[in-house]
Amino acid sequence: MSQGIEANNMAAQPGEDERVKRVSKLRKAMVRPELGAICGAIAVFIYFAFAAGDTGMFSAEGVMNWGVVSAQFAIIAVGACLLMIAGEFDLSVGSMIGFSGIVIALLSVHYGWPMWASILMAFAVALAIGALNGYIVITTRLPSFIVTLASLYILRGLTIYFSIATTRQTIIGGVREAAEGDWLAPLFGGKILKGLFTWLGEAGVIQTYAGGVRAGQPVVDGIPMLMVWALAFIIFGHILLTKTQFGNWIFASGGDAQAARNVGVPVNRVKILMFMLTAFCATVFATCQVMEFGSAAADRGLLKEFEAIIAVVIGGALLTGGYGSVIGAALGALIFGVVQQGLFFAGVESSLFRVFLGIILLLAVVLNTYIRRLITGER
Amino acid sequence: MADTPLIELIDIEKHFGSVIALAGVSLSVLPGECHCLLGDNGAGKSTFIKTMSGVHKPTRGTIRVDGKEVVFESPRDAMEMGIATVYQDLAMIPLMSVTRNFWMGREPKKRIGPFSFFDFKTANAVTMEEMRRMGIHLREPDQAVGTLSGGERQTVAIARAVYFGARVLILDEPTSALGVRQTSNVLATIDRVRKTGVGIVFITHNVRHAMAVGDRFTVLNRGKTLGTAKRGEISTEELQDMMAGGAELAELQSSLGGTV
Repeated sequence: MSQGIEANNMAAQPGEDERVKRVSKLRKAMVRPELGAICGAIAVFIYFAFAAGDTGMFSAEGVMNWGVVSAQFAIIAVGACLLMIAGEFDLSVGSMIGFSGIVIALLSVHYGWPMWASILMAFAVALAIGALNGYIVITTRLPSFIVTLASLYILRGLTIYFSIATTRQTIIGGVREAAEGDWLAPLFGGKILKGLFTWLGEAGVIQTYAGGVRAGQPVVDGIPMLMVWALAFIIFGHILLTKTQFGNWIFASGGDAQAARNVGVPVNRVKILMFMLTAFCATVFATCQVMEFGSAAADRGLLKEFEAIIAVVIGGALLTGGYGSVIGAALGALIFGVVQQGLFFAGVESSLFRVFLGIILLLAVVLNTYIRRLITGER
Repeated sequence: MADTPLIELIDIEKHFGSVIALAGVSLSVLPGECHCLLGDNGAGKSTFIKTMSGVHKPTRGTIRVDGKEVVFESPRDAMEMGIATVYQDLAMIPLMSVTRNFWMGREPKKRIGPFSFFDFKTANAVTMEEMRRMGIHLREPDQAVGTLSGGERQTVAIARAVYFGARVLILDEPTSALGVRQTSNVLATIDRVRKTGVGIVFITHNVRHAMAVGDRFTVLNRGKTLGTAKRGEISTEELQDMMAGGAELAELQSSLGGTV
């Protein structure tokens, strides 16, 4: 019976498959994992251009305001993004931010270590904890959701305990003074391009203070290192993921760990390294914050893990791993920052931020799921 | 055809505790031949190919590669001797592009200064070329494997194994989950690969698929070989009977009025 049909199909065989439609360049350029985040970002900017266009949100000072908040989100989102693509979660990012901050402040202020040594120690401890998270996930084969949920509580508890046990308080100040003259601290708390901004101020491109002690200085006096770090992470993450062998291993580890192992991809190493990267990102975040505020607090970074994950998901990554984009995650972080600060500029009740966030998360995920089906042929 | 078999398995036995999974199975693969291994579910096909690919060590029996006796300690040993297995579940990652899948674990690299990058230009060009040789016209090398049909995915997996130096290709039921058209595509792929001198072990329980491309046929039943026959020496019905162990199926066939 089937013989006839088979012959028919064989006849249609030569040349190109008639059922593969030609795809236009435009469509190919459009259909990408970041599309949802790009649309979201444009929508958000248009909305605030109308709702808060005349409030100074898009003046140099305003841009710096939401730019810094977006950069904060971006730093942790890049780590969370690569880890999620490698097939794992890290819920301990927020606790890690609090923990690293307290480590730096305790060592430098309370124990009198030089600032550079305190910072390096915080990074060393964070990388070790990240590696431990990864190691436990790999050896126990438990979901990373559970393992890092445990770390979330353990780290937060330890942070508060260490802080109170040594200084009897949960906020440790005096970091700025301790960082004075240190060679490493400006890498996190400093600003670059100060000369350019002074010049821009003098040239009248950006506003200058009219009076007070800073009269004549530009309102924005440089690019904070936080933003530089964010940009560096985004570029590094994007190139690593899309242009290198290791990037292919990240996709493979999250896509199908067993299939990846079969062809010799060192899946365990990839996953542990990605856990270390999220810990590293959290510590960069913490160090910048501690330098900016001049203090560390045990409750810093609360809920940051979820905000990072939301930014990543808005950016088009798949919660189950194997698919996503660093650029998308960065746009997710931008949407976050603009909305959070923009509602303030627009004079909207700030509690609505979460409502807005929930809605945009839902919309982004629906759109991203659709796009992903187009790209990957999932059914 | 050349005379020395690429791989030869002689009187292989495999026991799992008190269960005898294989009780003396012999098979050889010549360069450029498609050797069909037929058997019903539970006949020991899986155990046998896992022995051939180095996953299991045989309890008794000899394995020879190029006429020399070898012992596979791990699948890696077998792979290094050019024995590649394409499993039913393929080891393809649907979310990743064809190129990324094709080169997974063996990515070509190019250096720019101190950094080394995935050489997509080379990788894409080779992937497109290899796919074209297998008769698959990819829209673009960066389309996801998930957009390919089951038959095309099989072909990508086969092309990958061949490109990375497979001399003996073990195909574990490559057609069992496919439709008619896709099956014929996979059979065409097998034929193409065979013509390049690669030896193929084609595992199936579908006699018609085996008859379409097989040079030799070995039937496995309850852990034993019921003998090997050359093309033309045996009919579809005889193969079918041997596989099922005879009588009942013959009865069923006559009542259904055709070949099962």
